[in-house]
Amino acid sequence: MKSLAELAAIKERMKDKVAIREGSGAMRVVVGMATCGIAAGARPVLGAFVEEVNKAGLAEKVTVTQTGCIGICQYEPVVEIFEDGKDKVTYVKMTAEKAARVVAEHIKGGKIVEEYTIGNK
Amino acid sequence: MIRSHVLICGGTGCTSSGSMALRDALEKELEVKGLTEEIKIVTTGCFGLCALGPVMIVYPDGTFYSMVKPEDIPEIVEEHLLKGRPVERLEYHEKTGDHHAVSSLSDTNFYKKQKRVALRNCGVINPEVIDEYIAMDGYAALGKVLTEMTPEQVIDTILASGLRGRGGAGFPTGKKWQLARNLVQDGGKKYVACNADEGDPGAFMDRSILEGDPHALIEAMAIAGYAIGADEGFVYVRAEYPIAIQRLEIAIKQAREYGLLGNDIFGTGFNFDIQLRLGAGAFVCGEETALMTSIEGNRGEPRPRPPFPAVKGLFERPTVLNNVETYANIAQIILKGPEWFASMGTEKSAGTKVFALGGKITNTGLVEIPMGTTLREVVEEIGGGIPNGKKFKAAQTGGPSGGCIPAHLIDTPIDYDNLIAIGSMMGSGGLIVMDEDNCMVDIARFFLDFTVDESCGKCTPCRVGTKRMLEILDKIIAGKGELEDIDRLEELAEYIKSASLCGLGQTAPNPVLSTLRYFRDEYVAHVVDKTCPAGVCKHLLSYEIVADKCKGCTACARVCPVGAISGTVKQPHTIDKAKCIKCGACMSKCKFGAIIKH
Repeated sequence: MKSLAELAAIKERMKDKVAIREGSGAMRVVVGMATCGIAAGARPVLGAFVEEVNKAGLAEKVTVTQTGCIGICQYEPVVEIFEDGKDKVTYVKMTAEKAARVVAEHIKGGKIVEEYTIGNK
Repeated sequence: MIRSHVLICGGTGCTSSGSMALRDALEKELEVKGLTEEIKIVTTGCFGLCALGPVMIVYPDGTFYSMVKPEDIPEIVEEHLLKGRPVERLEYHEKTGDHHAVSSLSDTNFYKKQKRVALRNCGVINPEVIDEYIAMDGYAALGKVLTEMTPEQVIDTILASGLRGRGGAGFPTGKKWQLARNLVQDGGKKYVACNADEGDPGAFMDRSILEGDPHALIEAMAIAGYAIGADEGFVYVRAEYPIAIQRLEIAIKQAREYGLLGNDIFGTGFNFDIQLRLGAGAFVCGEETALMTSIEGNRGEPRPRPPFPAVKGLFERPTVLNNVETYANIAQIILKGPEWFASMGTEKSAGTKVFALGGKITNTGLVEIPMGTTLREVVEEIGGGIPNGKKFKAAQTGGPSGGCIPAHLIDTPIDYDNLIAIGSMMGSGGLIVMDEDNCMVDIARFFLDFTVDESCGKCTPCRVGTKRMLEILDKIIAGKGELEDIDRLEELAEYIKSASLCGLGQTAPNPVLSTLRYFRDEYVAHVVDKTCPAGVCKHLLSYEIVADKCKGCTACARVCPVGAISGTVKQPHTIDKAKCIKCGACMSKCKFGAIIKH
């Protein structure tokens, strides 16, 4: 190691990889992954969220996690987004493509994608 | 893309309860389910809750599983990792209150009051991957001191933080460094050494740091090297810690590969390297002068001080010798500033201290708490209280060099000076909790027996004196004691304390003195009444069958190893006291509570 820059580069490269263990992202994306959710296609949705959040460089601020049955099986895959001090947002009938848009507009841009939310069904 | 990390404890405690088999089972199951691309398994150091091992944490949700068996793995993978439903039956359950399941580690009573500085990476990173340490700001402190600070500034920072030696004596770390720096300015050889010869019965915080965060030690030793002007370091670690040695070797190798040990570190011209030396199991080698004699290749025996190691240490050169836990605080102090460190703890004892909780306590394990936390908080809240509804009697701190804290002092804030004031000492941080079933004479005898075994024999007060004290205690426990024996114990203790060569002998009488101070009545009961109030000392016990309660089931007679119990079926039995060896087997076998001891 000949310079601090080298150390900083390793830290930069690694920090996303361990950030998941802090478990305290300011924003939490929770994907319903019960039998009904998985049957409706929740796994690619979860994968898309993880990927898009990482791509957007938000891995430190946003935690993508999973939960059991949220209780509205006809709307699966269901994704809920929790943010400190704000009402939770529930997205329904999600797909990988919709997930990418939610990451870009809601998670990154701060603007809820109303047409995917449960209120619109 | 990795979406979840499963952390499995690879510390000594969990390894012995089968965590490696657990990891293998998990690896296999993830492959079967095709999840290897999504879920990462990380072997970490100790989480601290050793009694509940093997323990496992699933992130990002932080679900905390305890006592997991390989058979449980398919269920965890299927339910939790695939479907996102934590397996509640395996989640940690609170031992006090309403016994509710606690899903997140940080929500448990055991962790809530803890403040992890020295243990901050233990159970969080994979200790065998240097990149994970770097991700947690590792080696940033070394970079900072080499590029931005003068050695004097480093020493001033450590001085200002108020850090004191965590090995037990509590000498200010900054002062030690300052002494070693100022002594020789001629560019002559100096050394940095680390005492990892953790020997106190029941203390294992240093092992936990070596196993869980070995780079923290390497980084701190390099910082110490820069501060005092040394380019060579030695870690003296006991051979009984194989996992710690292995991880330390891996860490040193990785640090060398990255150029964080070796020549011209960070391009600053600073050179530093570290070697390991293994101890062969002698307790006295934890004493600093004996430790250094042992590193030099000689028989590990102490020598008089002064000269102190900072003046004349390894190979007769100025040497800074600190304990593992002390070093584990250094990088954090450099990065977060001395004010941050000094803001924790009490005025004269800054920062946190790791304790190894053991004995009659619900949550055994490692806890790191700010100095000044009361013993009551440690025992009742973090430790979850005494099991089986028993009463707290005393806590022993400082191992064989320390003393006990009785129940009426349970609200004492724990710091160096308070513990000394009440006749105990911080020591390396063993904290053994005792309940009403513990005999204090027996406890004192246990520790003294240990020091008699471990006395190196170089000086007479320790070699002969401790042996004589042990003989007196044996006499008391056998019911042959006289009141004068108690006075003799006290007299001998004073001589040994003042005349022994090293810390081992100087502190060896402490367990006896402190139990005499707070539990003299128990000694008197042994000597005068020939009884052991706690019912521990065998020679002073007698077992008896209460005729009214005995149904004559013969269970006791059948279990008695010496045939001391006789009687006919369905008639009350009797114990022949001359034959009885007081093993207690009959009492635990009796279903009717007909056998009593007194």
